[in-house]
Amino acid sequence: MEISPALLFNAIIAGLLLGGFYAAVSVGISISFGMLDVVNIAHPAFIILGSYIAYIVNSQYGFDPILVAVALSPLFFLLGMALYRVYYLCFEKRGQESLRGLAFFFGILFITEVVLILVFGVDYRTVKSVYADTTLRLGVLDFPLRLVVPFLVSVAMVVGIQLFLTHTFFGRAVLAVAQDQLALRLMGVNPVRIKQLAFGLSIATAGIAGAFLIVIQPVEPSIGREYIGLVFAVCVLGGMGSIWGTLLAAFVLGLAESFTSTFFGPSWAPAVSFGLLLATLAFRPSGLFGR
Amino acid sequence: MSDRIKGFLHVAGRMLGALFVTLALAGAAAAQQPIKIGFGMSLTGPLAGNGKAALISMQIWAEDVNAKGGLLGRKVELVYYDDQTNPATVPGIYTKLLEVDKVDLVVSGYGTNVIAPAMPLMMQRKLVFMSLFGLNVNSKFKYDRYFQIMPAGPDPAVDWTRGFFEVAMTLNPKPQTVALVGADAEYPHLALEGARTHVKRLGLKVVYDKTYPPKTVDYSPIVRAIQATNPDLVYLASYPPDSAGMVRAANEVGLKARMFGGGLVGTQFAALKTQLGPLLNGMINYEAYAPDVGSKFPLLDQFLAKYQGRAVKEGVDPLGFYLPPYAYAMMQVLEQAIKAVGSLDQAKLADYMHAYEFDTYVGKVRFAKNGEWAIPRMLTVQYHGISANDLELWMKPGHVTVLYPKEYRTGSVKAPYHENKK
Amino acid sequence: MSNRLFAVVALAVALAIAAASQLIANEYFFSAAYTVLLYVILATAWNILGGYTGYVNFGSAAFFAIGAYTTVALFYAFKLPLLVTIPAGTAVAGLAGLGLGYLTLRLRGVFFAIASLAMAVVLFTFVVNWDFVGGARGAYVLQPSEVPFGLPRYIHLLYSVMVLMAALALVVARAIEKSTIGRGLAAIRDDELAAESAGVPTLKLKIFSATVSGALMGMAGTTFPYYLSYIEPSSAFSLSYSVNSIAMPLIGGMMSWMGPLIGAVLLGTVQQLVQVTISSAWNLLIVGVLLVLFVTLAPNGIMGWVEAWRQRQKR
Repeated sequence: MEISPALLFNAIIAGLLLGGFYAAVSVGISISFGMLDVVNIAHPAFIILGSYIAYIVNSQYGFDPILVAVALSPLFFLLGMALYRVYYLCFEKRGQESLRGLAFFFGILFITEVVLILVFGVDYRTVKSVYADTTLRLGVLDFPLRLVVPFLVSVAMVVGIQLFLTHTFFGRAVLAVAQDQLALRLMGVNPVRIKQLAFGLSIATAGIAGAFLIVIQPVEPSIGREYIGLVFAVCVLGGMGSIWGTLLAAFVLGLAESFTSTFFGPSWAPAVSFGLLLATLAFRPSGLFGR
Repeated sequence: MSDRIKGFLHVAGRMLGALFVTLALAGAAAAQQPIKIGFGMSLTGPLAGNGKAALISMQIWAEDVNAKGGLLGRKVELVYYDDQTNPATVPGIYTKLLEVDKVDLVVSGYGTNVIAPAMPLMMQRKLVFMSLFGLNVNSKFKYDRYFQIMPAGPDPAVDWTRGFFEVAMTLNPKPQTVALVGADAEYPHLALEGARTHVKRLGLKVVYDKTYPPKTVDYSPIVRAIQATNPDLVYLASYPPDSAGMVRAANEVGLKARMFGGGLVGTQFAALKTQLGPLLNGMINYEAYAPDVGSKFPLLDQFLAKYQGRAVKEGVDPLGFYLPPYAYAMMQVLEQAIKAVGSLDQAKLADYMHAYEFDTYVGKVRFAKNGEWAIPRMLTVQYHGISANDLELWMKPGHVTVLYPKEYRTGSVKAPYHENKK
Repeated sequence: MSNRLFAVVALAVALAIAAASQLIANEYFFSAAYTVLLYVILATAWNILGGYTGYVNFGSAAFFAIGAYTTVALFYAFKLPLLVTIPAGTAVAGLAGLGLGYLTLRLRGVFFAIASLAMAVVLFTFVVNWDFVGGARGAYVLQPSEVPFGLPRYIHLLYSVMVLMAALALVVARAIEKSTIGRGLAAIRDDELAAESAGVPTLKLKIFSATVSGALMGMAGTTFPYYLSYIEPSSAFSLSYSVNSIAMPLIGGMMSWMGPLIGAVLLGTVQQLVQVTISSAWNLLIVGVLLVLFVTLAPNGIMGWVEAWRQRQKR
């Protein structure tokens, strides 16, 4: 196969667009794991939950899935806060978070998947949006809107979160909680409350990312599992607690997968993200921008 | 804790386990009167949509038979468990059916994944094993009491893909190059192997031959890579999720080829037909049935009407053009064999089924020595004229041209693919 | 009871059970029991790294599949019998545990957990692309027609082998638990930093634990291809093996070798019964709900309840 410029550039574009989506999917983990040290393995379950909610509203009323997800994100926020409360009371307070906290979230992931299967069955679900089947063509370059729109909203969301964290009081409190809880307490702020809000935020991003997912591809309940490794790979590669790192790592991953698919054969693509993760863990665990 | 208590608990645990199972066995009912037909079926898991559709058809069959007085003067009863489309459950399920439920006859679940693990059990007990849609399972086991209702043909992998290439050779000028692509899974692998034999036989040149993982997110890099090789033909073997992804990607990228498609699983059902709608125009694929050849299968209409009514209520494939007629036909074959032989003797049934032809809703069925169909009957079709994502369009003739086999032909292929997408 | 004595008792009990079971005419028992015993081995193995050492392994399915596919590969290449492939599969899985441990156990437990998941996916992709063992198409491993030791059907042999392997796993787990190694692992579990400062060779012990755990999980998988006659990657790497191998020790109790046994027998039997009665999607829901309930409300599992009850009795 000749490597034409068209093929190369389209692989790059596809990789970047995919990367934007991966950033949205992973930013929540960057907060909950990178900053709060909560290993929320169930994060992909909430993404899928977001996908299904977008699907329900879209199939009943026809509203655009991404708008629906953004509108309903407060619900996910509250869900995240409640989940953290349980996690805190049962595990963090007792110092049991490493083993049992992990098992807890694993159980939540599993339960969510099974309940979705019981309610919706295993058929793939899609949404109808006005832009899903349109592709912008600039010369030899293709920009499928199915990927472009989620990409734009994803990047906006990630940048928005970074700005929130660095420029608002709550945001900076979250960053502080990640660095020194005791100092925060001494300043009169309740770190548990901050963590609760931050965790709620991470779940809210998951819900919105779910809408992106179902715009990009059909969704069925067990898809979540494939994203576990991906989100942690992005978070670890980017460096714990760095939102810019997450964004960059997501692009790296998207490009790596796109290139592998196009030039080496798509069957190796899943190994790419996980292989990258293993390599990072083995050789540079602090990631690109890690502390 | 003292060692003695530990030892006791150890043994007690084992005994408890044995007690559990014994109680379960004791619950087995002893009702022997109805003829019990046992099987596992995919009621959950990736193939549940088809599994449930097949189950409905088999239930309709049981009702039809019982309404006419049953079989050999006895009512028929279906005994089934959910195999979750998971091979690991199959040995347990069939052992239970045979040992505990004491079924008189077994049939298979849907798909190679659940047919293969049951084979050793069937072979050990010398049971007739009528199976539902597994590609080329018997080539490894060479079991003489295995029967397959999928109309692939005596050499399944090769016959499955023959239609596409026979049609391709009718193009003028003859195509030279072919791209082979499929999902990383059992059926696509087998189908592509079959495709390769045709490619070799016809002297075509393979310019792309790769597989992709079934849960790929974005199929455009794959389609682009294929396009970069400029193939005349693109043969795709895929399962429902990637069938949809590849069709979408092909339209997004604007794939140019003279013929595209061939082995997509999924477009036979309502869900994908409505979802993809106009995106399917111009594509070649296989179908088990199309309204355009309805006249060749006269009794099928009433069955489909009955099936469709129930399917809608249970939220299963409302068209029923793929598995349901064959699931029903499979039971008809057994019914006729049992009536002809006059008993449930497995050896006599097997001999009869190898020797005779059966009259079913999907036409005349005859088995080759290896249990596959003697004559292939999968239809190679081309979709056209789909203007909207509307299920009603598919229910009437006019959108599916049957190209192969000859006996069912309704028209010829329109090439190239990218200029015939209306 | 010393380890040697326990080993002899366990072996005797295992042989007795295997022999007595031959009297059971109903073959369904053997299929169901095979699966339950499989989980006994997996749960016990997982607990060595999980309960004893405090490191969660999400990739049990990968080690299980390594054992299974080693059998397949050796069968295809050299037609080797089970007698050879069982130790071989165990060794390969042990090496995988060693490798994974060496790469990631220097870091925090959380990274090991994620890496184990990553390893499972990488291995899955590798097997899917490896045509020699059938790749995604799957591999057929036909049961031999003559069954050794004069047993009536092949499933009886598989069952007996599993009983012996389960006994072996329990003996190994108990031996580790009662030894100095076990005490070192417990120290790591309770407070790794303190253990390190007290002179416990934490890295060596962790790697040892991961190797043994992985090896035993692989051992559980070595007979699997014969059980089904057909093996393909999706079912070999099924998430249910990973979830169950975590849930069972959690429910039974992670502190001793008996917990995984109790958890596996209970949960495994329940699952087998549910599978042939109610729908099996509920099966998975039950496991998940039990896992979450036990981990939040009864962190020490059933053994923990028993201990607490006995403590109350003493007063």
